[in-house]
Amino acid sequence: MGRITLKQVTKTFGDVNVIPPLDLEINDGEFVVFVGPSGCGKSTLLRLIAGLEDVTSGVIEIDGTDATHLPPAKRGLAMVFQSYALYPHMSVRKNIAFPLKMAGIDQQAIEEKVTSAAKVLNLTDYLERRPGQLSGGQRQRVAIGRAIVREPEAFLFDEPLSNLDAALRVNMRLEISQLHQDLATTMIYVTHDQVEAMTMADKIVVLQAGIIEQVGSPLELYNSPANQFVAGFIGSPKMNFIGGKTAAEHKAETIGVRPEHFILSDKKSAGAWEARIGVAEHLGSDTFFHVDAGDKGILTVRAIGEMGLRHGDKCWITPDKNRIHRFTADGKTIGK
Amino acid sequence: MARAVTPRRKALNTAIAWIIGLLIFFPIIWVFVLSFKAEGDAIKAPLEVLSSPWTLESYSVVQERSDYFKHFWNSVILSVGSTFLGLLVAVPAAWAMAFVPGKRTKDILMWMLSTKMLPAVGVLYPIYLLFIQLGLLDSRLGLVVVLMLINLPIIIWMLYTYFREIPGEILEAARMDGATLRSEILYILTPMAVPGIASTLLLNVILAWNEAFWTLNLTAANASPLTAFIASYSSPEGLFYAKLSAASVMAIAPILIMGWFSQKQLVRGLTFGAVK
Repeated sequence: MGRITLKQVTKTFGDVNVIPPLDLEINDGEFVVFVGPSGCGKSTLLRLIAGLEDVTSGVIEIDGTDATHLPPAKRGLAMVFQSYALYPHMSVRKNIAFPLKMAGIDQQAIEEKVTSAAKVLNLTDYLERRPGQLSGGQRQRVAIGRAIVREPEAFLFDEPLSNLDAALRVNMRLEISQLHQDLATTMIYVTHDQVEAMTMADKIVVLQAGIIEQVGSPLELYNSPANQFVAGFIGSPKMNFIGGKTAAEHKAETIGVRPEHFILSDKKSAGAWEARIGVAEHLGSDTFFHVDAGDKGILTVRAIGEMGLRHGDKCWITPDKNRIHRFTADGKTIGK
Repeated sequence: MARAVTPRRKALNTAIAWIIGLLIFFPIIWVFVLSFKAEGDAIKAPLEVLSSPWTLESYSVVQERSDYFKHFWNSVILSVGSTFLGLLVAVPAAWAMAFVPGKRTKDILMWMLSTKMLPAVGVLYPIYLLFIQLGLLDSRLGLVVVLMLINLPIIIWMLYTYFREIPGEILEAARMDGATLRSEILYILTPMAVPGIASTLLLNVILAWNEAFWTLNLTAANASPLTAFIASYSSPEGLFYAKLSAASVMAIAPILIMGWFSQKQLVRGLTFGAVK
């Protein structure tokens, strides 16, 4: 069981209020991702749950029991750090065995658990090596191995993939998702990368300045963002925001249209906005055109990879009427 | 690009380096030379000293007159004992200051260092009285404690610097892995800080070995180490250069040999963290 409840949790460092009162419910077996720009308090929140920082006020419950003042070791949680934080003076075997040794488990049981964890994580051939002799991806696996042998109530990941190169990151993302499916244990994952959040999460918690902007499944956030911040943060490339007269026509202060919700054409049609092609980014399958739409500003538009428009060409873009998001002056979403 | 160095320039630099090195080392060489001369020859002009016959006479006289090994063992006990006692106190202290610093940590560090700026003689009287009261005069135990205390600021400062180099996340990982404070220090921090702890240990042994003020003032016959052994050949005996030199060589030889074999460790420890 790994149900974690935060009730009116706050955290201040000196005079700086990092987390204003915050409530959050994480269900057993859920893969929850905390996402937000750097400095939004997501890592602090994770460290509060881990017990590495003390809450200023509020209650943290794990499986219904108050864990607010328990030391990290007594919370039954395991953490994977951004820097991996492996013990450099110990072999991979001893690194993975360390939490078991601390728990006072007998040598033979430790041996079995380490062997099976190493097998799952493809580390069997590296057990006698030191962390310094491993590649980034292998170190990451050791860090995960050290976490899984404890069979924790929940796993905490603090930006675990940010030190890996792009290709490896995609692989590890899949491996962690696979691990979640196999273990069905609660996982809390912190990242500033919305792609990681979208691809891995059951539930995304979007944070800004310590405040939860929205909680929901990836598609909920994508389809119906609660406000302009979430709308801009989730989705890649970013949603286009248009103000002024065009927004007023939709009875809003600002409207938002995602790049993939425009139809781009070289022929004029009813309801289309005239624009001129600026920079084109060819990804192969897709092409992203940055177009100059006059008083509507520079907009990003997604088109198929073979779209043959060039810099300076005149074009027409049509927003999908059902996919226009409307926002008030203070950034709140206006209901459909 | 590396600077171009002509062979001539290189030779000149080497010569200058050797001259400076010899100048610094000269007094020790001279003590070594004098220790192998007869008492009458030792006070002659330098060139005559060199041409006079070599002899082991001074060494045998020194060994006959005073018990070298008793002083030697006292030195070993005092330097090693004070160092280990110091580490026992300093490791937890440096841990606390490096990893859970408070508002006043910097002030405490400065205050500790400031005690080294105080002339030792300033506290001689109170400590002497304390030693009388506690019956610690001329005892090894008393001196171990005093030597530990006077070197403690340096031990804590050195360890604090090494500990600061250890990433905090690794200790947090240990905490998450269920390590108690004791296991965290024992299994994670200490092994990672071994190079730093080793050079602190070596330096402190050397400092304690060479310490003369407290060892001379607080000992008489029983606990006196090699520093007192050298001193006993200076004042009461008059100017017996050869014997004084022989005693000095016998006193500094052990620590010199230890320093020679551990110099790699010492240099590595003292420049630790300077280069990533």
